[in-house]
Amino acid sequence: MALLEIDDLHVSFKTVDGIVRAVDGVSLSLDGGRTLGIVGESGSGKSVTAQTIIGLTRFPNATITGQIRFDGRDLVSMPTDDLRGIRGARIAMIFQDPLSSLHPFYRVGSQIVEAIRTHEDVSRGTARRRTIEALRSVGIPSPEERFSSFPHEMSGGMRQRVMIAMALALRPDILIADEPTTALDVTVQAQVLELIQALRDDFGTAVILITHDLGVVSQMADDVAVMYAGRVLEYAPREELFAAPEHPYTWGLLQSIPRLDAPRTERLSPIAGSPPSLIRVPQGCTFHPRCPYAPPPAFEVEPELKESSPGHLVRCHLPVEERKRLWQSLQHEHPALR
Amino acid sequence: MAVAAARAPSAEVTDNLLAVRDLVKHFPIRKGLLQREVARVHAVDGISFDVRRGETFGLVGESGCGKSTTARLLTRLLAPTSGSVVYDGEDISSWPERRLRPLRRDVQMIFQDPYASLNPRRSIGTIIGEPLRLLGVADGRERRTRVREVMERVGLNPEHFNRYPHEFSGGQRQRIGIARAIVLRPKLIVADEPVSALDVSIQAQVLNLLQELRDEMGLTLVFIAHDLSVVRHMCDRIAVMYLGKIVELAASDRLYTHPRHPYTGALLSAVPTVHAHPGGRRRRVVLEGDVPSPVAPPPACRFHTRCWKCQKVCTEVEPPLEPKGPNDVAACHFPLSEGEVDALIDRPAE
Repeated sequence: MALLEIDDLHVSFKTVDGIVRAVDGVSLSLDGGRTLGIVGESGSGKSVTAQTIIGLTRFPNATITGQIRFDGRDLVSMPTDDLRGIRGARIAMIFQDPLSSLHPFYRVGSQIVEAIRTHEDVSRGTARRRTIEALRSVGIPSPEERFSSFPHEMSGGMRQRVMIAMALALRPDILIADEPTTALDVTVQAQVLELIQALRDDFGTAVILITHDLGVVSQMADDVAVMYAGRVLEYAPREELFAAPEHPYTWGLLQSIPRLDAPRTERLSPIAGSPPSLIRVPQGCTFHPRCPYAPPPAFEVEPELKESSPGHLVRCHLPVEERKRLWQSLQHEHPALR
Repeated sequence: MAVAAARAPSAEVTDNLLAVRDLVKHFPIRKGLLQREVARVHAVDGISFDVRRGETFGLVGESGCGKSTTARLLTRLLAPTSGSVVYDGEDISSWPERRLRPLRRDVQMIFQDPYASLNPRRSIGTIIGEPLRLLGVADGRERRTRVREVMERVGLNPEHFNRYPHEFSGGQRQRIGIARAIVLRPKLIVADEPVSALDVSIQAQVLNLLQELRDEMGLTLVFIAHDLSVVRHMCDRIAVMYLGKIVELAASDRLYTHPRHPYTGALLSAVPTVHAHPGGRRRRVVLEGDVPSPVAPPPACRFHTRCWKCQKVCTEVEPPLEPKGPNDVAACHFPLSEGEVDALIDRPAE
């Protein structure tokens, strides 16, 4: 049985402009020790999905339906008090901007001590020892001294390490990382990604990695879900997704990025148009207004997420054979996709 | 070779639209009642390069390397502490604001944040037409006609002339910024991280637009970004900056296949690339620590505190920017060998 199972999750928010359907029927599962990458552009629903897992979207204007099964219980219907026992201790989350997740008035060490003592009945001294251990394990130099630093005294990369140390001090089963390296420079990003990978390997922590960067996903994830307008459009093991993607949106993303490992091209092939409003989502396939291949049914009926080969799910009306043929001709046209 | 730092800038018209020599910008940090200067941020610390007519010249580096300050010095939104910026044969580095005005017709800038760089209380027609008004180039109906033409060219609907910035998406706002930059038909555009705030699919649209405009209008482009794959895609030649210095300057293809400076190698190695095949993942060199503070940059070679090839000489003598291969200059005592490059990166096909 999977460690975490998201089943037909819907999250919508009532706003003055109308109902924003941020997540609209997402089903995903995560096994222990694996890394699930969720890629998508802004407004695809990737962050809302992740935040809903630990109850961070329980706003008065939010409607949440569906199930999130973890350890035999449903997190969607769980009372907030019970969820607090799971949040942090069993499922931890790190965010894009570590500065806004750390309290500016407290020393970083005491913030981690507090997190430990909130969930476990240990003495102050034990918690302090474990905090220093955690800071050391994420590669913070002289952790005894850094224990007493304030967040503003640290660099961005250092703060993200503190967040990871806090997340892992309680040995959670799942680490949710929402764009953990987007605000960091590329050399520091490499350090943080390496750290997350090492912790997964050492402690068997399962990771949900949310990012807009296909390169980061390709380096980190075992399985990848591609999200668009609150839905999963494609789901596959990493190798399969990058070698034989089947959804026109995934093709569009791959064609949009300049590649470092391929010859330079004259022009990129962007996806036409822009992502839809989540208040007025297009009828039929949500991607059809931007899809160069949309067959007539895509204008009327939304396709289901169907298995095209074992473990590879695609939400598209095009016949499987047609998709394979189109991808091959795209690769033929664009050597960078090979 | 256009990078000969020693050559004195001359007033004659050359192939170079822009010649930068020993450019320095320090920002003083002041404290106390008397506002005494207690330290200086060495944002740009002696850089020299040329930008040829019609080329796209790239500046890459991590935050704090001085690339944005360089952009503002080239367009004279900032005055340099010392050094010269020769634009089209004239040294503009110490020109007063009044004298710079006509230059604004030739030199324009595109900014990173399409939210912060547009006045929210002006209609986009007014925003795009503002340079025409300020420089007295076109009035009334003529101005409106030119603005509509430019809007059409960058892919905005001219009927949206009277709308306000908040009614547009990030990608469209960047098109507005581009329209404002090209409305005077400039010769040089300095684009500072023009696509960093945009989603992947929109980023490609804007990059294509910039390339089309460059080709149509014969623009010279200085393109600044932290994304190495975007810079490679756009640029003919690229300078890599680290802590206010240029550490390597090379033709685009050369830089990505034969990096000479260890910092360039480390940067390229750190970029996560899309790999379909599991064997494609290579051991990356992961640089330790963070970029040191530009208030007190390390002596001699500024990269020595993070460099795995560092020797004693690197901490004592600053390496000059000198030729290390065809179309390639780097500032390093121990440049990378071909074997070391193979261990660092998957070389793209040339």
